Amino acid sequence: MTVLSQLTPGQQGTIHAIHAEQALYQRLNALGFRIGKQIALIRRASFNGPLHVRIGATDIILRESEAQRIQLDLA
Amino acid sequence: MKRIALLGMPNTGKSTLFNRLSGASARVGNWPGITVDLMSAKILLGGHIAELIDLPGLYDLHGFSDDEQVVRHFLSNHTVDLVMIVLNSSQIDRQLSLALQIKQLGLPTLLLLNMQDEAKRAGITIDTVAMAAQLGFPVQTISAKYGDGCPQALQAAALVLNTPVSTIPSPAHVAQLLEVDTQIEQTMHNIVKHAVQMPTQLNDETTDRIDRVLLHPWLGLPLFFLAMFLLFQFIFTAGKPLQDGMAWLLELFRTTALEPLFASLPAWLNGLLLDGIYNGIGTVAAFVPIIVLFFLVMSMVEDSGYLSRAAFLMDTLMAKMGLDGRGFVMVLMGFGCNVPALMGTRVMRSRPMRLLTMLVIPLSLCSARLQVFLFMIATLFAASQAAYIMFALYMVSFFTIFLTAILFKHQYKSTEPFILELPPYRFPTPRQIWLRGWQEVKHFLSRATKFIIIGVVLVWLLTHYPTNVAPASSATWAGQIGQLFAPVLNPIGIDTQLAIALIFGFVAKEIVVGSLAVIYGLQGDALSQQIAMNIDWVQGMSFMLFTLIYTPCLSTIATMKSESKSSGFMWLSIVWSLALAWLISFIFYQGARALGL
Repeated sequence: MTVLSQLTPGQQGTIHAIHAEQALYQRLNALGFRIGKQIALIRRASFNGPLHVRIGATDIILRESEAQRIQLDLA
Repeated sequence: MKRIALLGMPNTGKSTLFNRLSGASARVGNWPGITVDLMSAKILLGGHIAELIDLPGLYDLHGFSDDEQVVRHFLSNHTVDLVMIVLNSSQIDRQLSLALQIKQLGLPTLLLLNMQDEAKRAGITIDTVAMAAQLGFPVQTISAKYGDGCPQALQAAALVLNTPVSTIPSPAHVAQLLEVDTQIEQTMHNIVKHAVQMPTQLNDETTDRIDRVLLHPWLGLPLFFLAMFLLFQFIFTAGKPLQDGMAWLLELFRTTALEPLFASLPAWLNGLLLDGIYNGIGTVAAFVPIIVLFFLVMSMVEDSGYLSRAAFLMDTLMAKMGLDGRGFVMVLMGFGCNVPALMGTRVMRSRPMRLLTMLVIPLSLCSARLQVFLFMIATLFAASQAAYIMFALYMVSFFTIFLTAILFKHQYKSTEPFILELPPYRFPTPRQIWLRGWQEVKHFLSRATKFIIIGVVLVWLLTHYPTNVAPASSATWAGQIGQLFAPVLNPIGIDTQLAIALIFGFVAKEIVVGSLAVIYGLQGDALSQQIAMNIDWVQGMSFMLFTLIYTPCLSTIATMKSESKSSGFMWLSIVWSLALAWLISFIFYQGARALGL
């Protein structure tokens, strides 16, 4: 199973599961991270920095540690 | 008076709408138990005077972030006659959840779909009538930035306020409801399906293209530093003549109007009024141009969407210090002036992280301290050494920032996940920029003036009493304090004269050089020669290190207190910087002496 942090820039996937405690889960949810949604990795910051992802109309940055909790199905 | 709460998700233009509705009448209100500033304004609406409150942005009414708790706390403790929800039309498919959560509270509600202009361009159409029918409260599309739809929104708000309701839910009832978690996913999905038409993939080509350059893996950081450098240069090159002009005006008013007017007063009252209170006002006024300029630039950076990009670029390094990329921008601005940098930390929505950033900002070598160092270096060092000494002082400044962040990052541990939205690039309107600058100045003046004037008067008293001795001499109260602290100050090479200068420096570093002139009773070259005779370079360096690290100025302290809303935090900052200043001066001075220098 792939997690979001393993994508290469330009690659897409569908959210399969989100493994997060309630606070993180709610924040992710409010920003559009929902099961079944398409998500694309746009770019990564240098020096192992945050990831820039896109879900629908929303661009979001998040750290590697959070991105590891999001499981994807690859298209 | 009716009370209207304005709430919405972050980056939906909620504050822009607030500014548009309130004009320049907004003020910062005090709400018990709330640790962030809430702006409020009185507006006339449907024959009522209503108080409009700008609540912090939130993602989820049941969320755990500091801001989400503030909103819950507010709704649970204050009766609200109308909730105006602001959502971003382009993201209505996910943001509608917030409107549904509010609906469950049963409060009279009006939904405003903002950024109508952007949604239209993206090809999104929203059937507000269908949406209103499903939601059970009115829906209005607006563009807060350009004002479209705002008069209609106000009419709708007035209509809701004038509609008799059987009972407005009491805060206690709301509090109860807020504890109940809810499943609203399905409802949201249904409404969006019926009322919104949206292209499957939205692409903002322009934003993508700009991002490709500004967030480029190699170019991103150099461009960021270049942008910061240019902004910094702009603020302080444009600010310097304005500050000088302000100082000139104040001096002119003093010599032509106040001095003749007060000439007949007894000397002590004359001194108190002119050197105490009037100088205090001058100290406050000196900050006004810088604060205006800083926030003109900051609001451009913030509203354009670049600040979140800065966070993206700088996150790796800052995360190690327990800070984030936005904190970096503020610390950098602190090298110009600490006061607006502290005020700017408001963009950080996690309180612990904001406090940590506020704790390190006063350690950045601001332009006022630079003046002291340039004078002391010219007095005690050869011209060929000057650049190295200056460089060393900047390095010490970075070192203390780093050390403080590392030491305190566990105390101020941010529990909020670092997940930020990257809004598309937008041009703020001049009106938005100007209102922001004006509000910040008002905020600073209302919160800091009294504090600063009292401080200046106090230092004036210490350095001018008792009256039968020369001002600022060792026989004054300040001199006596200097002698009292001699056991602490001798080990770092600071004599009574320098100790008095440090007491002056507590007010503002701008006046330290001037105070040395008063303390020694000499001016210009004569003063430099006297200082060079009195102290050697090791003492001078120790004095500069202490000046660099201890409390920058009264305005910084006042801002620290008003921004953190905690005297305890202010004292922590003062005590920590004094302790660190002493320790570093001690290590330097004793080390140098041990090496026989």
